[in-house]
Amino acid sequence: MLLQIHEPGETPLPHEADGSFAIGIDLGTTNSVAAIARDGKPEALRDEAGQALVPSVVSYLDGDLVEVGESARRHLADRPDTVVSSIKRLMGRGVADVKKLAGVLPFEVDAGDSNAGDGQVGESRGGMVRLKINGRRLTPVEISADVLREMKARAERALGREVGRAVITVPAYFDDPARVATKDAARLAGLEVLRLVNEPTAAALAYGLDKGAEGLYAVYDLGGGTFDISLLRLEKGVFQVLATGGDSALGGDDIDHAVAERFLAERAAQLKDARKPTASEVKLALQAARRTKEELTNMTAGEWTLDLGGKPTRHRLDVATLEGLMAPFVARTVHLVRNVLDDAGVTPAAIKGVVLVGGSTRIPMVRREVARLFGREPLADINPDEVVALGAALQAEALTSGSDTLLLDVTPLSLGIETMGGIVEKVIERNTPIPVAKAQEFTTYQDGQNGMVIHVVQGERETVDLCRSLARFELLGIPPMTAGAARVRVTFTVDADGLLTVSARESTTRVEQRVEVKPSYGLGEDEMADMLRASMENARDDMERRLLIEARVEARRVLLALDAAIKADQPLLAADELAAIRGQTGRIESLLSGGDRHAINDAVEDLDKVSRPFAQRRMDRAMQAALAGRRVDEVEVGPKN
Amino acid sequence: MNQQANTDARTVTPGVGPGVSPGVSPGVSPGVSPGVSDGAPPAGHARSLACWSCGAAVAADEPFCAVQPPGQLDHFERLGLRRGFALAPSELDRRYFALQRRLHPDRFATRSARERALSQQQATSLNEAYETLRDPLERAGYLLRLNGIVVNADGCNTLTDPVLLSEAMEMREALAEAEDAAAVEAIARRTAEDIRACIDELDRAFATGDLDAAGKLTTRLKYLSKLADEARLHRLKRAASDR
Repeated sequence: MLLQIHEPGETPLPHEADGSFAIGIDLGTTNSVAAIARDGKPEALRDEAGQALVPSVVSYLDGDLVEVGESARRHLADRPDTVVSSIKRLMGRGVADVKKLAGVLPFEVDAGDSNAGDGQVGESRGGMVRLKINGRRLTPVEISADVLREMKARAERALGREVGRAVITVPAYFDDPARVATKDAARLAGLEVLRLVNEPTAAALAYGLDKGAEGLYAVYDLGGGTFDISLLRLEKGVFQVLATGGDSALGGDDIDHAVAERFLAERAAQLKDARKPTASEVKLALQAARRTKEELTNMTAGEWTLDLGGKPTRHRLDVATLEGLMAPFVARTVHLVRNVLDDAGVTPAAIKGVVLVGGSTRIPMVRREVARLFGREPLADINPDEVVALGAALQAEALTSGSDTLLLDVTPLSLGIETMGGIVEKVIERNTPIPVAKAQEFTTYQDGQNGMVIHVVQGERETVDLCRSLARFELLGIPPMTAGAARVRVTFTVDADGLLTVSARESTTRVEQRVEVKPSYGLGEDEMADMLRASMENARDDMERRLLIEARVEARRVLLALDAAIKADQPLLAADELAAIRGQTGRIESLLSGGDRHAINDAVEDLDKVSRPFAQRRMDRAMQAALAGRRVDEVEVGPKN
Repeated sequence: MNQQANTDARTVTPGVGPGVSPGVSPGVSPGVSPGVSDGAPPAGHARSLACWSCGAAVAADEPFCAVQPPGQLDHFERLGLRRGFALAPSELDRRYFALQRRLHPDRFATRSARERALSQQQATSLNEAYETLRDPLERAGYLLRLNGIVVNADGCNTLTDPVLLSEAMEMREALAEAEDAAAVEAIARRTAEDIRACIDELDRAFATGDLDAAGKLTTRLKYLSKLADEARLHRLKRAASDR
């Protein structure tokens, strides 16, 4: 018999043919999670410290250095100007949308129109937003790609193999540009997206399979930046979405902002300082606000310190006041839930269960209001931070290895065309099952008219100015005819990812013209190709950067492990040994913030030498204990059979 | 170049009024235009095809060998249901789910581009058939179209039946004058009952082959559905303003 001893997290997977597996990624506003499913059992992928949640925070440091996750968040303290968070809120957004959010989010938008010097005037107006971060100009797609790259790297470390494919979740209420942007980000990160799955649907999948649920279920998903409500029918492995609704700009972030605003106003009054806070100060205030919100989930009142620029101010907040600040946001979700139930012609009483998803559903007030609305306690027994990733992993397995389950999803928003007077003619109604293709015929209104502009919009409003403009293209070469004689057939196709393709064709004469348009609000194909090329050219730098990050992670792991060992067995250490170890750990700590991975690795090696006698003594003692036969059952040596 | 050409979007006028699912002619599966259905033989002639992958003969209503193009089936044939108005929702669901299990793009996510495209077309056709047959109003209109009868496209704006016209005006007025939530609720309830009764009558009309009556009832059902929608909107608006 062979005994194998594995370090935790290094258990090798049974080797499958490559391409036969894919991971699931929940790319969240606040946190991202990766997971994998094997034989219908999903599992979140964790790092050495057991963490599955990776903050969706990116720090763009000097000299091309990029950090993602907890280490990036730490830079909020020393280099807030390098840190970007909540980038998901800007996915697929135009400059105009972002101006609306500018007050809400601490982003510094590059006001310089993308049309400035690159001659791209006319094509798709209002190009992609760019953020100014520490001297760089970056699109939300590139920033999200950095988060996804980190998720991919972590998954590869956890699984010990290369990861090339993924199912990525998006809010059900994400519009077409946001979906396209997410897919583009994955492509930049070197991930093939097998499917974009709606977050509430993924959560339902994880719940339904886990609990064998049947009947009507509602998924209430309140995350950091988005709110989704989906109504599903679960029946023998079929997850049929009946209706979905939400708000892609409503989430825990809004609560943080309300609290931060209050704190900053109090601070201004206390310090008699009417100066507008800087972007970095707002970032720090938001961080404090978030901590306040989280801590008030299990206490009734408290006091928090806002330390900006060495001038701390103290701020009291109790639950009642916090709930007052939250009330409008919670009320809005309740209103949206009612609309969706109404859309589907379902009463709250007909719902068999309500699933809570998203970190913001930890807020007691949210739970209370959801329970009141549905007249039942909601289900939250799967970790609301991880459930979406678990569902994505299940779907990833279903897509690669086959499955008995089936997800039938719908379009969240109506799709239409601008007609006379700026009125929207809907071609595909919201809540239509996807994939779907629908055609509508249009005609000319002037004699001899030889062209037609097709303006594609998304939204529920009746006029174009209140809907989201997706694409505008021109169908030319219509043969001269009297008004109303031409027949232009416009076909909308929405695929299983919820992505739209539009084609138009003039068909009265033998002359046919087809135009295919993939609406992509922002990145053009050329821009995308350039970015991909750049990412290839930067591959070596990226690798270097990754090795540095890995060196840091490894060093932190060693420090943590050693710390724990010293706490447990300090008596085994002589005073001078302890001092030597402390000296070396101190050196490593100071190296960690630098960019020299060789120095970090060498220092870790030195630490290993210094602490080796200590490790040896601990080992000897464990062996003696084992050989003495007293605690042999507590010494783990791999599988028992 | 024709200077007259006005390429402003406002020159686009809808050629077909709302309410008519555009392009739906009996026996032709619409909406599967991307690339493949063009040039397919006309309805009624394509009952056996050759598999694109291996060349073997495949029955038109049997989508497997390798996944086949959706072909020219009417919605009832596609779902393996007998053509008629009477339809058990559970049976419709059962067949729809069973076919989607085999044809949905999720089953072909790692296959060739061609198989992925075909499965998308198949699933699209299935969704269209399901959506049409699931809703009694859509189902009735579709059955009539299969029989060469086109139901009044614009619903109650151009009602020709004087009885229905006066009923419609009366109900609209009642809705506009409804003072409180209870009054709206009462109208909504009465409309729901009328809809149920109308569907029962439609069932009988189609069963006895009285297509004339079925046509009139379908127009009535269209008007009732619209009224129900209006009552709903009314209620939503009220709820929003009450908050």
